[in-house]
Amino acid sequence: MSIPLSWFIVLAVVLFGIGAFGVLVRRNVLIMFMCVELMLNAANLALVAFSRSLHDVGGEATVFFVLVVAAAEVVVGLGIVVAIFRRRQSAIADDLAEMGG
Amino acid sequence: MNVLTMPSISYSALAPILFLLLGGVAIMAISALRRRPLSSTATTTLTLIASVSALVASLIEWAHVSTSPATSTIAGALAVDGFSVTIAITVSCATILATLFAHHYLERMAIASAEYHVLALTAAAGAVVMGAANDLVVVFLGLELLSIALYVLVALNRKSQASEEAALKYFILGGFASAIFVFGIAFTYGATGSTNLQTIGNTLSASVAEKPSILLIGLALLLVGFCFKIAAVPFHLWTPDVYQGAPTPVTGFMAAVAKVGGFAALIRVLLAGLPTARSSWEPVLTAMAMATLLGGALLMVVQKDAKRMLAYSSINHAGFLMLGIVASSSAGLSADLFYLFTYSVATLGTFGILTMVATASDDDAGLSRLRGLATKHPVLAGSLTVLILTQAGVPLTTGFIAKFGVIEAAIGSSAVPLSIVAMVSAAIATFAYLRFVLNLYAAPEGDLQSLDLDGSTTSPTAVVGVAITVAVSIFFGVVPSLLLGLTSTASNHLLP
Repeated sequence: MSIPLSWFIVLAVVLFGIGAFGVLVRRNVLIMFMCVELMLNAANLALVAFSRSLHDVGGEATVFFVLVVAAAEVVVGLGIVVAIFRRRQSAIADDLAEMGG
Repeated sequence: MNVLTMPSISYSALAPILFLLLGGVAIMAISALRRRPLSSTATTTLTLIASVSALVASLIEWAHVSTSPATSTIAGALAVDGFSVTIAITVSCATILATLFAHHYLERMAIASAEYHVLALTAAAGAVVMGAANDLVVVFLGLELLSIALYVLVALNRKSQASEEAALKYFILGGFASAIFVFGIAFTYGATGSTNLQTIGNTLSASVAEKPSILLIGLALLLVGFCFKIAAVPFHLWTPDVYQGAPTPVTGFMAAVAKVGGFAALIRVLLAGLPTARSSWEPVLTAMAMATLLGGALLMVVQKDAKRMLAYSSINHAGFLMLGIVASSSAGLSADLFYLFTYSVATLGTFGILTMVATASDDDAGLSRLRGLATKHPVLAGSLTVLILTQAGVPLTTGFIAKFGVIEAAIGSSAVPLSIVAMVSAAIATFAYLRFVLNLYAAPEGDLQSLDLDGSTTSPTAVVGVAITVAVSIFFGVVPSLLLGLTSTASNHLLP
């Protein structure tokens, strides 16, 4: 018995929602960062699930591109976080309000 | 045994992207192999060579595509049409101008020039890829190539706290937008069975989508992802902080190239991939265009910082560009291409002059600092006036032709309420622009010593850059037919 497509999609949507909620609510930059990764992986799950149900390899190939881009993004993001942490010893987004935005 | 068949690759169509990327890789390799860092003159020269080569390659490609039907290359991943080549021309010109303005700034601020140029060339290549992308995955790759390079560029001024803060905000919100965009790709793929824009378009026109709700979710997520990147209200919140905090020449580069790339991809996805879903995206885009036009113009009036004001000005411009998409006609497309080119030139020039008159640590761009610039540097103040008036859309400048073009196209597609909102917002914005200009000619307060900056106002590269931007803004404002001919040819050469 195979698991129906809708279950995967619901799981992906739930994971994506948790990630989006986390980015908007959490104030620690590293956690916000992890939430973005969670959103990307929810998208990957949806891509693979659709790919399976469509019997098409395109969606699975897309996942590899997304993984690589996510890794590149982490490199840059952590670099910026480290640069800020060195200066202020803090990674809380609310402390970054110099420009008032 | 399965044989792997290589798709045919048109290298002449890829040449602009390759020149930009090769230039970046070459500068990176040379500076890594040398014991002492490359001089900023050497890196600037190499960047100029790379971006001029990209410009020449796209002009040569233009001669080819303008006479032959639109095609695609690399198994349908990249489109070779008038639209993609026009975007390549625009991005190459923007990169050349940004390099001219950045040269002296990087020396003055002691920022590693090789890093700036490598990242700027990479970002430019990303924008060209977005303009040519004919597949949602390629759009995503171009978007990330552009965005990731821009995150680092914004953080480049390590001595400035604002620069780091801006980079972090840009990064978190940019990453958030990218994740939404990928989720949108997943749902669009699920509904249509392909990520290729032609296949999506054909599937949707051949039959009603199998899963219309899935397609609608995908479309909505794609739109949200794009609207973050083009800074449309209500997804514009990062823009003022990032524009203010980023090093001034980077702000100019970002304002031009990121906007061009984002709009190019949005136009192609909506008009080439999802024209059959127009009844779904048009009302949403119309509402957002109204909010963007009015939000940008109204918030521009209350700003006290030149860079923040120009950030809201760029939001206002995004609203005008959305008019051309809502029109979704060949006239709208042509007007948008004209708008993108002239807006890039004018905004680069404006930020270029702000770079020339920036404080030694580039941390204060308050409007009060620019007060009385005309008495100190009349030529510079005059050039800034021309460029600001171009952005306001005063007749005899390119800004007027551009705004006229998009509004005319919108009325032609009977989007009358939106056109009225656009004209009202232009009037409100003009108030802010004129206040900015009058400030330059007001009696100076106190001494103007702070405006005298170790010869940066006479930096030859920046002076050439200002001269080019002012000349282009006036020349194509008086004689627009040359550029309009090019954009209208390009708009008829969009891969269907």
